[in-house]
Amino acid sequence: MAQLTYRASVSLAIAQSMRKDQKVFFIGEDVGAAGGVFKATVGLLEEFGKERVMDAPISEQAILGAAMGAAMTGLRPIAEIMFSDFLAVCWDIVANQIAKTRYMSDGQINIPLVIRTANGGGSKFGAQHSQSLENWSMMIPGLKVVAPSCPSDVLGLMDSAVKDPDPVIFYEHKSLYAFKEEIEQTDISIPIGEANTLHEGKDITIIGLALMAQRAKEAALILKDKHDINAKVIDLRSLVPLDLQTIKKSVIETGHVLTVEENPRLCGWGAEISSLISEHCFKNLKGPVTRVTTPHVPLPSADILEDNTIPSVELIVNEVIKKLKGE
Amino acid sequence: MVDKLNDDIGEEKRLQLWEMMLKLRLVEKKAYDLFLQNLIKGTSHLALGQEAIAGAFGVALKQGDYTFCTYRGHAHTLARGSSIEGVLGELMGRQCGLMKGKGGSMHLTDVDKGVMGSYAIIGAHLTIANGTALASKYNKTNEVSVCFFGDGTTNIGAFHEALNMAKIWNLPIVFVCENNLYMEYTPINEVTAVEHPAADRAGAYDLDKIIVDGNDADEMLRTAEKAISKAREGKGPSLIEAKTYRHSGHSRADPGKYRPDEEVKDWMENKDPIKNYRAKLLDFNINEKIISEIEEKIKDQVEKATEISMASPIPEIKEIYTDVWANGGSEWHN
Repeated sequence: MAQLTYRASVSLAIAQSMRKDQKVFFIGEDVGAAGGVFKATVGLLEEFGKERVMDAPISEQAILGAAMGAAMTGLRPIAEIMFSDFLAVCWDIVANQIAKTRYMSDGQINIPLVIRTANGGGSKFGAQHSQSLENWSMMIPGLKVVAPSCPSDVLGLMDSAVKDPDPVIFYEHKSLYAFKEEIEQTDISIPIGEANTLHEGKDITIIGLALMAQRAKEAALILKDKHDINAKVIDLRSLVPLDLQTIKKSVIETGHVLTVEENPRLCGWGAEISSLISEHCFKNLKGPVTRVTTPHVPLPSADILEDNTIPSVELIVNEVIKKLKGE
Repeated sequence: MVDKLNDDIGEEKRLQLWEMMLKLRLVEKKAYDLFLQNLIKGTSHLALGQEAIAGAFGVALKQGDYTFCTYRGHAHTLARGSSIEGVLGELMGRQCGLMKGKGGSMHLTDVDKGVMGSYAIIGAHLTIANGTALASKYNKTNEVSVCFFGDGTTNIGAFHEALNMAKIWNLPIVFVCENNLYMEYTPINEVTAVEHPAADRAGAYDLDKIIVDGNDADEMLRTAEKAISKAREGKGPSLIEAKTYRHSGHSRADPGKYRPDEEVKDWMENKDPIKNYRAKLLDFNINEKIISEIEEKIKDQVEKATEISMASPIPEIKEIYTDVWANGGSEWHN
């Protein structure tokens, strides 16, 4: 049993994949000698050398293009985009090339690569280094979208992402890098597309992802202790593929649903979940699906502004109480 | 005057090049005819007039090498040995097409032949071609990657990112700029800071400045062979700028009226790579009968492939839902 941070689990997960498969290599900006700007890739260069841990120029298109081309030949690259916000400068490679080439080629080409990127707010970095962009990639056919909420999920989902024959975008949450967990076994695999239950309950279903899943869990503990409300917290872990069955099963039991999203309101992933629930579980619903999101604004920087923009534990608690008790 | 005594290319390779270029020309002409008959839908970008470039590389490359081209990629695909019915069938949206109608004219792909795709967003494929080159280096194998693109590509960021990365990592790749003088509808020199859009940028990436007459098939072949050898020997990337001209407009929708009549006439009459190469073959005392036999053979191949394509069934509607994922399907939830 060892205590592992989310940050350390990233470098360990990459190392484990690279030890198992010579086809895996790692490319990104400041990832080798510097160990990553979030120190999430420390030690990889020392263990695997420059041929497998490649420090790249500030050229996000060239980084992802090179990863894609290598993947087309059967290698299994892991490419880092330092901040998910930077996906905007290489979005052609992601959305037009990586996502569509398998389909357009009638299945002649597989692209088994992982794009890992630091996502989300909480660091007071302002509007261009803090976004939660899972929904950008979710809406593109051909991309798998993973966002782990804890160190063990980083380990297990990274293992699956690297082995996956399709492109996976792996959103690591910046505010979780310091998150610690006791871990018995580090060489684990968690299938992509299986949601995780972080808290059991039959009064309401709270659906979250990454940091919001952890906040939903904290909210559930408060709801239970102080308000006698038993919330089931579902951590989706991946948006594509989506574990609809786990959602349905819980909604049938609870009849109440709250989604908690870090992204701005419009076209956030909760809208799709809400739509699916009304299609599949309409008769089970005791009220409308509630979406808790960041307001539809860019993320501000100052402590008080950012803290009041991203959904907090307190906000989740209050929304649940309002929903169930009308208070 | 040709120097027959010091001929470095030889009759066999010249005839190979002749056959290759002729095939590219006649298939493109057929594609144009099929458009006029409304048997090909969507858009299409013909490489008529630019055959010497794809043709020379087609002759110079080996099996296993990787090529990447643009939406103007019918010729580059055929040049690697893809079947004519595979190309025409794809343009016509038939099951015999290279991608069974899933990709269309702008995305021809034939991995078995090393055709790693045709890319329709300017610039992207230069970065992706670096990836196959990186894989060859990583695996310590000796394939060469070749990436074809137009003059307009030299003004997009991906071009510069890709050249820099290819150089710093000494990748086995050849970048080939086909400068046909027009960026879609606009003269390239009106929108570019330098006279030679690719070659004048080479120095910025510590690459040699290479300019070649892209309509001179022999010169094109020599240039291609030299750059490919350099890459294969681990001596790094090259950037070639081949001057050429497209006989047709940018795409199906474009009659090319923005180009001066005199200019078009000069390139069509005096600088047509195929017309000139036929004359050169005769200068080298190659029997006209052999030249004509090849012409007849290719015409026959194109007609037969057209018949096969027209007889090939259209795709089944269920194909819409296949091959998003490696498991063959398109499901996104359980």
